[in-house]
Amino acid sequence: MTAAQASAQSGPAPSLPGERGGVELLRLSAISKHFPGVRALSGVDFDLQAGEVHVLFGENGAGKSTLINIIAGTFPPDDGTMTLRGQPIRLNSPHHARQLGVNAVFQEFSLVPTLSVQDNLYLGREHQRAGILDKSAIARGTRETLELLQFHLDPKAQVGSLSRAEQQMVEIAKAIQGEPSILILDEPTASLTENEANNLFALIERLKIQGLGIIYITHRIQEIHRIADRVTVLRDGQLVATVAAGDVSETRLVELMIGRSIEALYPAIDYQPGRMMVRTDHLSLTSGRVHDVSIEVRAGEVVGLAGLVGSGKSEIGRAIFGLEPIGHGAVEIGDVPIVHPSPRGMLDRGVVYVPPDRREEGLVAMRPVRENMSLGALGLPTFSRFGVLRRRLEGVSVREIARRLNLRPLNVERQVASFSGGNQQKVVLGRGLTREVKVFIFDEPTTGVDVGAKVEIYGFMKELCERGAAILLISSDLPELLHLASRAYVMHRGEIRAELVGDALTEEAVLANFFDRAVDAA
Amino acid sequence: MVTKRLEGEIAPSGGPSAVVRSVFSTVGILPLLLVLAIVFFAVQEPRFYAAANITNVFRQSTYLIIVTLGQALVLISGGFDLSVGAVIAVTSVVSARFMSRYYAGNPDGEVTSVIVGIAAGLFVGLVFGLVNGTGVARFKVSPFIMTLGMASVGSGFALYYTGGSPVSGMPPLFTREIGTGRVFEVPIPVLFAIAAIIAVIFLVSATTWGRYLYAIGGNMKAAFLSGIPVGAYTASVYVLCSLLAALAGILLTARVSSGEPNLGASFPLQSITAAVVGGVSLRGGEGRIIGAVLGALFITILTNGMNLIRIESYVQEIAIGVILILAVIIDRLRDRWRV
Ligand SMILES: Nc1ncnc2c1ncn2[C@@H]1O[C@H](COP(=O)(O)OP(=O)(O)OP(=O)(O)O)[C@@H](O)[C@H]1O
Ligand SMILES: [Mg+2]
Repeated sequence: MTAAQASAQSGPAPSLPGERGGVELLRLSAISKHFPGVRALSGVDFDLQAGEVHVLFGENGAGKSTLINIIAGTFPPDDGTMTLRGQPIRLNSPHHARQLGVNAVFQEFSLVPTLSVQDNLYLGREHQRAGILDKSAIARGTRETLELLQFHLDPKAQVGSLSRAEQQMVEIAKAIQGEPSILILDEPTASLTENEANNLFALIERLKIQGLGIIYITHRIQEIHRIADRVTVLRDGQLVATVAAGDVSETRLVELMIGRSIEALYPAIDYQPGRMMVRTDHLSLTSGRVHDVSIEVRAGEVVGLAGLVGSGKSEIGRAIFGLEPIGHGAVEIGDVPIVHPSPRGMLDRGVVYVPPDRREEGLVAMRPVRENMSLGALGLPTFSRFGVLRRRLEGVSVREIARRLNLRPLNVERQVASFSGGNQQKVVLGRGLTREVKVFIFDEPTTGVDVGAKVEIYGFMKELCERGAAILLISSDLPELLHLASRAYVMHRGEIRAELVGDALTEEAVLANFFDRAVDAA
Repeated sequence: MVTKRLEGEIAPSGGPSAVVRSVFSTVGILPLLLVLAIVFFAVQEPRFYAAANITNVFRQSTYLIIVTLGQALVLISGGFDLSVGAVIAVTSVVSARFMSRYYAGNPDGEVTSVIVGIAAGLFVGLVFGLVNGTGVARFKVSPFIMTLGMASVGSGFALYYTGGSPVSGMPPLFTREIGTGRVFEVPIPVLFAIAAIIAVIFLVSATTWGRYLYAIGGNMKAAFLSGIPVGAYTASVYVLCSLLAALAGILLTARVSSGEPNLGASFPLQSITAAVVGGVSLRGGEGRIIGAVLGALFITILTNGMNLIRIESYVQEIAIGVILILAVIIDRLRDRWRV
């Protein structure tokens, strides 16, 4: 490892040379954890060997994050024991866990938005020389870590100004930085594209060789085959099985996870492109992140928008919804140019935008599901009359939507914050169902959503599309984009690089347009 | 105990501490405090539960309740208002001055002069609210700085406007009827407070306005993306809070029969304390109006009781400060226990 050798004052135990394969790093026995109203884990056993990647797999709400939170010291289990390198241990804080070499990248980020990338990486274990911050050492360490990961980030950039995917990279870099002996990654690739994810996988391979134990949570089955040694499947807080990754097929994994088999992940959508619904006309943003982009989406089609992190694909969705200042060009909704797009105006025109970062921009975490789902539609006659709420109708329609999306637990009065990540995402999506919508802009709609729920969400998109909605699907999940979209644009450095239709829309074609063309020229 | 999770059901949690926790996290610690305070003072001082004192407590509490209603709304929206005291002071002197001037000119126009005075007072509230609201919502000044600034502007103005001395000469209709009068044995200020409570509870729980308030306080970005005009709603909360403070100021003026430039100084702290004790979160998005009202009642009972057992007012201030800090700590704990 690079970087923090000098800084190992708070020294996580370095992995010994001999500590490879077969050495048990961690063992949990009969772990239980209870939250008000929910038994999140009951009697779960888990172990981690040095030099392995152990994947935790399970539906939304199965208890995966709860388990790693216990391992990372966020909260103690109600019951059960934990041993670290053979020693029984009680963790009393994440800090304690870090000191013992357990580092985690959580599903929800823990970065300080007002600090720079490098300050975040070294937060809590700054390099000091005689009590004074050694800025150059910090800068050097950060550069080295980012280089190791091949993440292209500016160490001086303020974290708050980064996109969700970029913040995810900072989170990963921060966890690596501490030289852990156990590394926990909770859906680290949720908003990364192939490219960044590949860099992460390469790094994981190297860390394995160095004898680290890695706990990895993902909902993307293809990743399991790529990196996992063993897989532990949880369902409803209980251990279903721990299996060697090599011995188990994808269908079998899904079966273990949900207790039944799924025929097809992606539905066949019957596209009937009709009237033009949204168009951008030579759109450029004042931020410079999008330049001269013209795209269009028609009723009854799903149009994909692909591109690497930072290629500007998210910004287009945001600009249409009025969240990014427009420099040049125009946004048109159904042939009508919109001079100043704003969320209010766009909602009134039947445009819904589903943001990628549900916690930041999507949800009012401490309020119940009901209030969150109806929020965007309260002004409509179905939900209120003369400003007075129609509580009964609200309850009825929200419960109906929650049922359609298979929200679990199906209790719309529960605080959103107490739902698992995937179920929170359903709440955000549900908001689009409370009103008449003609245009959906989905930015990473299945981030952190389990396979079963993905099937439901895709089915939901199919239904919308076949009923004549126009769908713009911004996604870094390439298989998802390829299967759902009938047409796709590929973005590169803020511009449209290609438009791929029908048979031309293939993985190779999309990937070929992701990167700089310098390769071709050579 | 192995309770298999049932969808949507609240499973009984293990142990008595879990029961205590779940009670705390739903109703907060306030009912317990209220009972403790009442028992404590009743034991210490029999006069405390005399009928006369009970009416007295209710009447005393009305002003704080009305101000706390507004304060709670602002807290729920994610801000707070330190200028409520200054609004009371300015309202007091302005309404008293307008009323007495008009009354001096038209000794027969008692009713009109009262209306003129009240209108002038409410206008003061409106102006403060608009300034606070515009500063916070439009120019993104932090609520702390904005309302602290306006508090200074207000108290300075009240002293400047009156030269520091009280304004007298208001018609008896105002000082006697509104200040100390009763309808069916109920003091008139209490009626105002009840009306205000009902109106605010209705606003918060039954209207879109109330719902948006919680959403804005809980996550402003999410509210904005849901098409809520966040700025206008935020501003409207400050206006309503100042109007309620102005109402309290007018009622207090009637009660003390003069326009006092020093009126209301204790209200910012007390109203925030009352709301927080009542379970309104300082971080916005959470809290119930009825809790805030009970909180105000609690603070009043405490003050009244401490007066009866002759605790010095300086010591009382210490007590209020300690309670505020404790309430915030409990608020945090409640959050943790919910996890
Ligand atoms: N802070 C909390 N308060 C109450 N309930 C919680 C809390 N955190 C999690 N839960 C509940 O515990 C269960 C397990 O949640 P957990 O977050 O571990 O799921 P997960 O497997 O990580 O799901 P996902 O894939 O959606 O992230 C869920 O039913 C969830 O609603
Ligand atoms: Mg999770």
